[in-house]
Amino acid sequence: MSEFFGPNEWFVSRPLAELGIFALGILLLDYWFRRWRPGLTPLLALLGIGFAAIPTRQIQLAVRQAPLQAFDGALRVDNFAVYFWFLFLAAAGVAVLTSYRFLEIEEEPQGEYYALLLFSVIGMFVLAAADELIVAFLGLEVMSLALYVLVGYLRRDRRSNEAALKYLLLGAFSSAILAYGMSLLYGLSGSTRFEEVAAALARQSTAQPLVFLGVAALTVGLLFKLAAAPFHQWAPDAYQGAPTALVGFMSVGVKAAAFALLLRLFQTALPAQRPGWAPMLAGVALATMTLGNFGALLQNNTKRLLAYSSIAHAGYMLLGFVAGNQTGRYGVLVYLLVYTFMELGAFTVLVSLRRRGIVGDRVDDLNGLMHKAPGSAIMMLLFLLSLAGVPPLAGFYGKYFIFLALIQTQHFALAVAAVLYVALSLYYYVRLVAAMFTGTATESAPLSYSAGLRLALGALVALTVLVGVFPEPMLRMAHNALIGW
Amino acid sequence: MLAPVFFFCLFAGTAVLGALLVITLRNTMHCALALIVTLLAVAGLFVAAGAEFLAGAQVMLYVGGIMVLFLFVIMLVNLEREQQVPQTAPQWVLGLLAVLTLGGLLGVMLLRGTGRWPAAVTAIPAAVTGPGGNSERFSMELFQHNLLAFELVGLLLLIAMIGAVVLAKARGTRIEE
Amino acid sequence: MTIGTTQYVLVGALLAAIGCVGVLTRRNVLVILMSIELILNAVNINLVAFSRQWGQVHGQIFGLFIMADAAAEVAVGLALLIALFRNKATVHADEMDLLKW
Repeated sequence: MSEFFGPNEWFVSRPLAELGIFALGILLLDYWFRRWRPGLTPLLALLGIGFAAIPTRQIQLAVRQAPLQAFDGALRVDNFAVYFWFLFLAAAGVAVLTSYRFLEIEEEPQGEYYALLLFSVIGMFVLAAADELIVAFLGLEVMSLALYVLVGYLRRDRRSNEAALKYLLLGAFSSAILAYGMSLLYGLSGSTRFEEVAAALARQSTAQPLVFLGVAALTVGLLFKLAAAPFHQWAPDAYQGAPTALVGFMSVGVKAAAFALLLRLFQTALPAQRPGWAPMLAGVALATMTLGNFGALLQNNTKRLLAYSSIAHAGYMLLGFVAGNQTGRYGVLVYLLVYTFMELGAFTVLVSLRRRGIVGDRVDDLNGLMHKAPGSAIMMLLFLLSLAGVPPLAGFYGKYFIFLALIQTQHFALAVAAVLYVALSLYYYVRLVAAMFTGTATESAPLSYSAGLRLALGALVALTVLVGVFPEPMLRMAHNALIGW
Repeated sequence: MLAPVFFFCLFAGTAVLGALLVITLRNTMHCALALIVTLLAVAGLFVAAGAEFLAGAQVMLYVGGIMVLFLFVIMLVNLEREQQVPQTAPQWVLGLLAVLTLGGLLGVMLLRGTGRWPAAVTAIPAAVTGPGGNSERFSMELFQHNLLAFELVGLLLLIAMIGAVVLAKARGTRIEE
Repeated sequence: MTIGTTQYVLVGALLAAIGCVGVLTRRNVLVILMSIELILNAVNINLVAFSRQWGQVHGQIFGLFIMADAAAEVAVGLALLIALFRNKATVHADEMDLLKW
C-alpha cells in the first residue's frame, strides 16, 4: 500500500480487477482447453460477473452513508454509481447466457467474445463512477472500443464488418469532438476534476462563448453514445449488423453508462449550465422521439425496428433529464432498470430465432410463432407490451415517473407529445405481435434454445411481470441510488 | 524575441497546410504523407510550448507507430481502381457549408473569449519544465496521480490488440488445431 | 507580437475544423480515419497550450492518453477495414450498401 494506492483504492478497484482477471483468465484458458471444454468460457464469464458482484455489494453497503473517493478523486463511488454497476452486471450476465449457442451457430470463437464483453463492462463501471474528465474519457473509450470489436465479431459476415466500421468511424469522430470539449473545459478551469471545473465555471458568466462551446462539444459526444437525434444514424446499422446476442447488452449498457455520465456531469461539473441547456435538450429529446418512432414504423427487419424503438426510448429518458428535478432523475433511473429487462428480453427471443441457415431477423420470421412456440410468443408479447408502456408491466413505471416529472415542472407540451408518441409506438409493437399470432410460419425449423437462454428468458419475463405487479422493491432501489444527490 | 514567433508561425503554418492536403489530395498514400508532415509540425508546436516529452511521444507513437500502420494498410488494400472514382461524398457541399458555419462560429467565439486567459505566456512555466526537465515532471505526475487512467490506457491497448487479432485473422482459419 | 494560449487554441480550432470537413466530405475510410487524427491533434494542441497556461503537466498527460486512444482506435479500425476488404474489395464508405449509410 503506497501513498497513492491506499485502502480506498484497493476496495473500490476490486470489482474492476476481478472482471479484468476473469477476462484475462478466459483468454488463457480458452487457448489451453478449447478442444476439450468448449463450454468453459461462458461459465468462467458468469463466474467473473458473480465474483464482481460480491465486492460491488460490499461497496454498496460501505457507501450507503458517505461516498468513497479514490485515485486522487478520479473515482467517486456513491449509491448512484453502485446502482448502475449492478445494472451493467445484470445486462452482461444475460448477454453471456444467450451468447453461447448463438456463437456456436455462427461458428465464431467463444473466448475473445466474453473477454471483450467483460472489458466493456469495466469501461461502463468507470464511466458510472468517474469524477474526473480524463478517467471519464478513458472509461468511455474502453467501453466503446470493446463494443466496436464485438459488433464486427462475425467477421465473415459483410453486414457485421460494415456495421462495425461505420460504428467505429462515427464513434471515433464523436469521441474526438467530446475530447475537444473536455480540452476546452480543462483550459477554462485548470483542472479536470468535476468539482473544480464547476467551481471555475461558476466564476465565469454562463453565456461565455468558450464555456458554451466546451459544454456543447461534450454534450454532442454523449448524445451520440445515447443514439439521440441527430446523432442516431449509427444505431440501426450497428444493431442490425451486430451479433443478435450482443445487441440487447449494447443497447442497454451503453445507454445506461452514457446517462450515468450525463446526469453526473450536469449534477457536479456543470450545474450552472443546466438551465441553459434544458431547452436545447428538450428539442433533442423531441427530435429523438419523432425520428425513432417514425423510423420504427417503416422497418421490415426486427432488429432495425427495435433499434429505432430504442432510439425513441432514449428520447423519453432524455425528457427525464430535461425536467431536471429529483423526480426526473428518479424516472431516468427507473426507466433504465425496467428497460434493461424488457429490451434484453425482446432481443433474447430474437436470438432464439437464429438457427443454422436461418438468420431470423425479418419481421416475417416471427410469423406463426404462436403455433410453433407458444411460450416464446407469449413472452415476446409481454416484452413488447412492456416496451410500449402498458400497465401493469414493468415498462409502465419508467414512463410514469418521467411524465410525472414533466408535469411537476410545467412541461405540459412535452408531456402531451410524449404521450402521443407512446400511443404511436403501440402501432409497430402490435405489428410484431400480429405477425406472431396471426401469420403462418414460413419454415418449421424449431427454435434454438440452450439452457442459458431458457434461464435468461425465464428470469427476464419474471422480472418484467413481477416488477410491474410489485414495483416497491425496484422503486426503493432507484430511490436509494439518489440518496446524497 | 522574434525567434519564438517565427518558429510558432512556421510550425503552425506547416501543420495547417499539411492538414488541408490530407483532406484534398486524391491519392491515399499522399494523404498519409501529408498527415505525417502535419504530425511532425504539431510535435514542433509541442516543443515550443514546453511539452518535450509529448513531442517525443508524438514522433515515436504517431509517426513511428500509427502512420506506419496506415501505410501498411494502404499498401495492402489500395487498388488502382480506387483512384478512378470520385473521392468526395455527394453530400460534400452540405458538409462543407455546415463545417464552415461551425468554424466561423468557433473563430468568433475564440476571439471574443480571449479575456479568459492572459493574452501571452511568454516564458514556459517552471512547473512544466520543472527540476529534472519536463520528462521527470511528467512521469511523476503520471505515475502518482493518474494511476487509474494509466491502467485504463493499458486495458484500452490490450482491447485494441485482441480486437485487431480477432478481426484481421485470415478468413476460414479457425483455431481448431 | 507574442505567442500566447489564444494563438495555440486558434491553430487547434483550425485543425479541428479541417478534420471535421474531412470526416464529413471524404468517402475513403482511410482518409476519414486520418481526419479524425487531425481532430485529436487539435485536442492535443489545446491541452498542451492550456498546460503551459496553468503551469501544470496535467494537460500534457491527458494528451498522452489521447494519443494512446488514437492508436487503439486506428488499430481496430484498420483491422475492421481488412476484414471488410477480404469480403468485398472496397475502402469507400458509401459503397457499403448492405446497411444504409
